[in-house]
Amino acid sequence: MSTFLQQLINGVSLGAIYSLIALGYTMVYGVLKLINFAHGDVYMVGAFMGYYLANGLGVRGAQALGMSADGLLARGLLGSGAMEPSLITALAVMLLAMAICAALGVIIERFAYRPVRKYSRLTALITAIGVSLLLENGGQVVFGADPKFFPELFKKRNIELFGGASINSADIIVLVIALALMIGLQLVVFRTKTGRAMRAVSFNLQSAKLMGINTDRIIAFTFALGSALAAAAGVLVAIRIPRIDPLMGILVGLKAFVAAVLGGIGNIPGAMLGGLLIGVTETMVVGYLSPTYKDAVAFAILILILLFRPSGLLGSVSQEKV
Amino acid sequence: MLTLENVFVNYGAIEALTGISMHVEQGEVVTLIGANGAGKTTTLRTITGLLEPRQGRIIYEGEDIGGRPTHKLVARGISMSPEGRGVFANLSVRENLQMGAYLIKDRGKVAADMDRAFKMFPRLKERESQKAGTLSGGEQQMLAMGRALMSNPRLLLLDEPSLGLAPLVVHTIFEAIDEIRGKGTTILLVEQNAHAALSHSDRAYVLETGRIVMEGPSKELAADPRIKEAYLGE
Ligand SMILES: Nc1ncnc2c1ncn2[C@@H]1O[C@H](COP(=O)(O)OP(=O)(O)OP(=O)(O)O)[C@@H](O)[C@H]1O
Ligand SMILES: [Mg+2]
Repeated sequence: MSTFLQQLINGVSLGAIYSLIALGYTMVYGVLKLINFAHGDVYMVGAFMGYYLANGLGVRGAQALGMSADGLLARGLLGSGAMEPSLITALAVMLLAMAICAALGVIIERFAYRPVRKYSRLTALITAIGVSLLLENGGQVVFGADPKFFPELFKKRNIELFGGASINSADIIVLVIALALMIGLQLVVFRTKTGRAMRAVSFNLQSAKLMGINTDRIIAFTFALGSALAAAAGVLVAIRIPRIDPLMGILVGLKAFVAAVLGGIGNIPGAMLGGLLIGVTETMVVGYLSPTYKDAVAFAILILILLFRPSGLLGSVSQEKV
Repeated sequence: MLTLENVFVNYGAIEALTGISMHVEQGEVVTLIGANGAGKTTTLRTITGLLEPRQGRIIYEGEDIGGRPTHKLVARGISMSPEGRGVFANLSVRENLQMGAYLIKDRGKVAADMDRAFKMFPRLKERESQKAGTLSGGEQQMLAMGRALMSNPRLLLLDEPSLGLAPLVVHTIFEAIDEIRGKGTTILLVEQNAHAALSHSDRAYVLETGRIVMEGPSKELAADPRIKEAYLGE
């Protein structure tokens, strides 16, 4: 029983990270009807930004793992003294990484997707694949192809559960931060004027324009929001498993995409639900069946949805207009 | 107020408008009639900046607005109830009307405008919190018109507001058009219901395959034998 609880918390914590990324896929699909294949790579950039920022801020844990030349360079540039590993440090690193990736998302939209918006969807899709390859290969050039080890942003502890099982405090913190971000997003989307405009754009682009909404700005804002959440996911993943590399976005991006489809692409609560379901299923399969099937889970789920409920769990049937 | 000078519009290689010229004066109701595919919707979409003219000028209140982004034109007092109504199906009637007031900051004004829309269409008031997607066609049309008025336009464009509606609802819609013009809003009305359109407008243009083939006071056109035969079915 306690093992089950342990697995469940692990799964929800991992799932919340998938949810954060899935939200970006689903929001961009909502406003542009585009599968942004580069989104998983924005998540990767987020993790690397977190890495450089953490080293730059001189988080102590970095020394324990042996600070790399990059870290020293970043530290020199930022010129700051050592910061104690703490939750505040972790939050600061995450928020800065989010801001940088929000800007990256806006740049990608402005210079890659906007110019091809008037052409067919296939053109946009190919552009997205191009941006993805650019980020992956650019990442290998800029960050180096070798994996890097994320400094420990705060002290992790094991929390004993009844019956001998234990969970890592990092899992709990990741989960709390991810949930807080998702609640924040809900507030933006459903309680602000900009959120209302986002929803209008995703329901009907032409009508949204006729309401006086500057739809280009709303689309850019959507990319900023989605990319910021992906960056947060990148930092949170690195808190759980501190090994990052420039291709880390491929598989996780695909799984998050499946999560978005599972929830119903274009549907915000659906993306959250889909992410959690995939995270929990994956953890359970690893725990009770075999770690071999870890990465197969998402694809099995994808096949099942496409067969039995293509519109996803919360998606409405045939929302699609051509 | 609005003048189109020799406007050409293409969809890719397809020519939809081939040099149309027309004008709408302050306070007028002008109607644009024509068969399916004549280019009526294209004309309205070009005026609202949803399409860009390939050639020609669109002058609104003394300024060439051809190709300006739609949201800027809405801010300058142009509003449209589009073909197919384009209501936000997942939003309630009230939220749809609020969307129409997107550019208006003064909440008191928005509330007053909403009351005005509900007074014009009491059916909408009864269905205030119902999702727009579940409204009947006639109710959706009322909503589209009410929503278009929420931005307080000086020029209102209506694309086939009576399409597919029962005679009684058509009557309601045309009464609303009279009421809107009575308050001083200029209207450009696209209609297939030529009979109603001609009896509720000052002047009319007839569009055929992308060009204007006839124009004049609505009364005169309604009496013209060619119009009678082609559009009034007499
Ligand atoms: N998106 C589009 N792509 C290509 N051609 C189009 C498009 N929209 C309209 N057309 C063509 O442009 C021409 C004019 O269309 P438009 O919609 O303006 O006609 P309309 O007068 O509004 O007709 P209806 O009364 O049926 O609404 C038609 O021949 C139509 O096939
Ligand atoms: Mg039309």
